[in-house]
Amino acid sequence: MAEPLLRVEKLVRRFGGIVATDNVSLDVSSGELHAIIGPNGAGKTTLISQLTGQLLPHSGTISLAGADITRVPAYRRSALGLARSFQITSLLLDFTALDNVALAAQAHSGHSFYFWSDARNESQLRGAALAALVRVGLGNRADTLVSKLSHGEQRELELAVALATKPQVLLLDEPMAGLGITESARMVKLLQELRREVTIVLVEHDMDAVFALADRITVLVYGRVIASGAPAAIRNNEEVRRAYLGELHAVTRHG
Amino acid sequence: MKDWLNARNAIVVLVIAGLLLLPLYSSMTGNIFLLTLFTRIVIFAMAAASLNLIMGYGGMMSFGHAAYLGIGGYAVGILAHEGIGSGFIQWPVALIASALFALVIGALSLRTRGVYFIMITLAFAQMAYYVASGLSRYGGDDGLTIYKRSDFGGLINLSSRVQLYYFCLACMFGVIYLIWRIVNSRFGMVVQGLRSNEARMQAIGFPANRYRLVCFVISGTMCGLAGALLANNTDFVSPAVMYWTRSGDLMVMVILGGMGSLFGPVLGAIVYLVLEESLSQVTEYWALIMGPLLLLIVLFGRGGIVGLLGRLRRG
Repeated sequence: MAEPLLRVEKLVRRFGGIVATDNVSLDVSSGELHAIIGPNGAGKTTLISQLTGQLLPHSGTISLAGADITRVPAYRRSALGLARSFQITSLLLDFTALDNVALAAQAHSGHSFYFWSDARNESQLRGAALAALVRVGLGNRADTLVSKLSHGEQRELELAVALATKPQVLLLDEPMAGLGITESARMVKLLQELRREVTIVLVEHDMDAVFALADRITVLVYGRVIASGAPAAIRNNEEVRRAYLGELHAVTRHG
Repeated sequence: MKDWLNARNAIVVLVIAGLLLLPLYSSMTGNIFLLTLFTRIVIFAMAAASLNLIMGYGGMMSFGHAAYLGIGGYAVGILAHEGIGSGFIQWPVALIASALFALVIGALSLRTRGVYFIMITLAFAQMAYYVASGLSRYGGDDGLTIYKRSDFGGLINLSSRVQLYYFCLACMFGVIYLIWRIVNSRFGMVVQGLRSNEARMQAIGFPANRYRLVCFVISGTMCGLAGALLANNTDFVSPAVMYWTRSGDLMVMVILGGMGSLFGPVLGAIVYLVLEESLSQVTEYWALIMGPLLLLIVLFGRGGIVGLLGRLRRG
């Protein structure tokens, strides 16, 4: 196989005495859906934050398509093709759904030091934004204020915003968080479609979703990778079972 | 809901018409004081509008905006004092000086957020105030009298009360038009997005502070223009225009009128300064009436006067 699209090598991040990311290495190949799972406090969000540039690692490297991006600031990673969704919905609440996505399309089309013409009249931005909204099934909610959207719709909008930056890699931080059963099912279906178009790194608690979607799974426990491989191999991995699957069954049963 | 016939727009149109016709009324009744007062109001409305660009649209609570009034004013005053009377030199200098000051202040203070941003902008404005107080060659504490208003050749005569008024009004409308274009442009969308959610904007690829800084400089330059006008209107500039209470006045005008609305600051400036003027004629304790009045509007009229007017029709 060619060089991985996203490569993480020996990443370390400490918070005081706690090592939240402990020598984590992982490869994500182009076209793959790579899930990262682990019990609460395993350091999943810390890892995602380093991938997106919100946190800087203490050591180790992150490279995207062969280029080292370890120290590249967050805002520039988006231009390089790394998009993210937030675990806790993070949108412009006082903007319409369409404006949210149009801003992402605008970010993708170069700098924004244009002071004169009306951005809401730019058909190419609006077109791209509407296409992304339709893609996630929010085509008819374009002119609704985000604060008036349901939680499920906001989760879908997060995806549309990420898609509008035309990413190579989509980092999804618990896209199912807080969704009901039908909404979750819709999200899984949506991700199943999207995975054909873009490489996805998925952090998720919903084990049914993870095992249904992932090509490969990396298991984090206390900041360390304890296993990485195909879903079947992970399911049968002794160490994973011991450290995690007991709880995992509990999660699947109750939650 | 594209209904232009609402209370807010009706008031805005009435106010614009009133401002345009004011000199007529003043000359018919011989009430010169009214014209002088409203020249001042229009200038402060412009300054408040410029503050609204960063405060209302950009979410940057600058507590030092009066500094630009002083910088624009001192640029005109100092050049006039040194014998350079041409407005074609004075005014560009006033604008450039304000822009540079905003660039330096912005670059330093935009590293902070929230209360710290408020305190740092306040501190810089107070520094400007003390520097001006120390300029003994230019009057120091007592301020600097400007014996000749900016000379624009035969183009316009600022010594004519009516011409000065209309010139100020034209500048105010120009600034508001500019703000309207900026706010709806790509740049304006980014700035407003940053007000709403900075982390999200960074994540989709916008370097936050670069956009904020440019917005800060535009706003400061606009306020510098108001400063140059103010100096011409009063024939005088002193450190007092930069004092922190002046910055507070500007903030109150913006909040009173309605943050993040195009004409809010104009309404805010009119109401604030007219109240101040009329109450101070009734009693010297006018602030005792003004204070609670402002409190009521801020407490019960979220979105200021513009917000109140918007609710009139719906509610």
